[in-house]
Amino acid sequence: MALLYSFITNPAIGGATVWEYLFKPLTLWALLRTIELTFVCMAVGAAGGVVLAVMRLSDNPVLSWVAWGYIWFFRGTPVYVQIILWANIGVLWTKFYAGLPFTGLVLGSTGSGALVGNLFVVAVLALGLNEAAYAAELVRAGIISVDAGQMEAASSLGMSPTLTMRRIVLPQAMRVIIPTMGNETISMLKTTSLLAVVSSGVELFGRLQSIYAQTFQIMPLLIVACIWYLVVTSILTFGQARLEAYFGKGFGEKETEAAEKRAAKRTVRANQARAGQGIASHENDRGQKP
Amino acid sequence: MMTPAAPEGHLVDAATIAAEAATGGQPMVKAEQVWKSFGKLDVLKGVDFTVMPQQTFVLLGPSGGGKSTLLRCINHLEKIDAGRLYVAGELMGYKERGKVLHEMKARDVAKQRASIGMVFQRFNLFPHKTAIENVMEAPVKVQHVGQKQAEAEAVEILGRVGLGEKLDTYPAQLSGGQQQRVAIARALAMKPKLMLFDEPTSALDPELVGEVLDVMKQLARDGMTMVVVTHEMGFAKEVADGVALMDGGVIVEAGPPMDVLVNPKEERTKLFLSKVLA
Repeated sequence: MALLYSFITNPAIGGATVWEYLFKPLTLWALLRTIELTFVCMAVGAAGGVVLAVMRLSDNPVLSWVAWGYIWFFRGTPVYVQIILWANIGVLWTKFYAGLPFTGLVLGSTGSGALVGNLFVVAVLALGLNEAAYAAELVRAGIISVDAGQMEAASSLGMSPTLTMRRIVLPQAMRVIIPTMGNETISMLKTTSLLAVVSSGVELFGRLQSIYAQTFQIMPLLIVACIWYLVVTSILTFGQARLEAYFGKGFGEKETEAAEKRAAKRTVRANQARAGQGIASHENDRGQKP
Repeated sequence: MMTPAAPEGHLVDAATIAAEAATGGQPMVKAEQVWKSFGKLDVLKGVDFTVMPQQTFVLLGPSGGGKSTLLRCINHLEKIDAGRLYVAGELMGYKERGKVLHEMKARDVAKQRASIGMVFQRFNLFPHKTAIENVMEAPVKVQHVGQKQAEAEAVEILGRVGLGEKLDTYPAQLSGGQQQRVAIARALAMKPKLMLFDEPTSALDPELVGEVLDVMKQLARDGMTMVVVTHEMGFAKEVADGVALMDGGVIVEAGPPMDVLVNPKEERTKLFLSKVLA
């Protein structure tokens, strides 16, 4: 308690400075970039993760090994190093070409500076590709948690492997994946602060750091950063709970209620259709259980 | 509380049956010297049998005798190692070039499977979909039937298996017997020419077995071609056109139910029956 008291009343905290910077347009702009980065990187990571997980589980040894190698590299090196690596990729190639390899056919090219000079692109490359490796393992765990009988039932109905994956396996895998992906998103939000090492303009922490480097209001600005990370994390946690409820359908107790509502709606529709045909109906054939 | 179990009306429409009957003398299922092994273990050692359209063929025998494996070979859930397996005159899962069999692409196997319904011991309903969504899934996504038409057909078919009041219920809220009837409805919605049943009542509480067997009996009477792996002797006696006793990867004895089940010739058949009927 005494420690907490001395912390709050410590003049170095600078309550007024915290308040001043908390809602500054500059802070809010940087916060928005952080949120934007988090979602773009997670989208890249999740999409890449699904592709890698399916490749990894594929019967095709080439696909499986490519995925294994990708995961091996991106999980095996620190994300901090990967960020710096992507920011300096221009050292290796000065120009990127789009075209057919070994034919000399070039559809277009861009200087590497234009690509990695854009720090948003560097951030998405570094964090998104890294996340894909982790997401791949989470998605794979989700996929193998689905009962093998589900795949057999789907294929016996004539569903192709792709359709089975999309309609039957992945939706059920989501139940397992969503809670861990929620954690990953929260983790990603915080990981974006590592980008401060290559840029001071692309996200919240780098921005605030560059301010206190000049004004020496270190503690107040770090507190501003902590407050905003906590706020966004809390919102994400709430969103995660909603998503879990959605993908948990068919597994919870609440479903009976929802099903009864739908059944009632169906009865109303059926009755309307019958009334439309001019047939009087005094009985309801379903969905009217007490 | 419980919905009436007895199926109302026909489970399969007359047109489907007529189309099937028109295939003439061609067998619906024909197995020639089918071999299958898992690693070093030979599970099927040269099985021959024929099922004609509209017949109900029951596979009996002790556990591990190969009957479920044989059933799963019919729709190519298991690959066969030698021999030939035809459904409606078509080689299942393979293309024959010269004397060599080449396995088909997954997509082409899926097309073949679409006309063969299968019902599993553990139901395997899609738990994230309601009863009606389970039934509509394949017609809409595989056969590209319109949403409205598929829904109308699903309502109809679920009504016929006695589940008209459970359309919007998730599998977790259904009893085992109800789940299995949804599974049968789901298979029938694809208008299959052949239905495979893999111990459909083995996972059910004894009091729920009847409602599933009733649906299957109705299906047999409607003229659906069926291959059934089961331990239900009563069902075999009542509706089967042919039964086969499998043990050790071979068919020990096959014939009309009254011959095989009442006056068996083989010692192994007698032994099995004495154990089951005891």
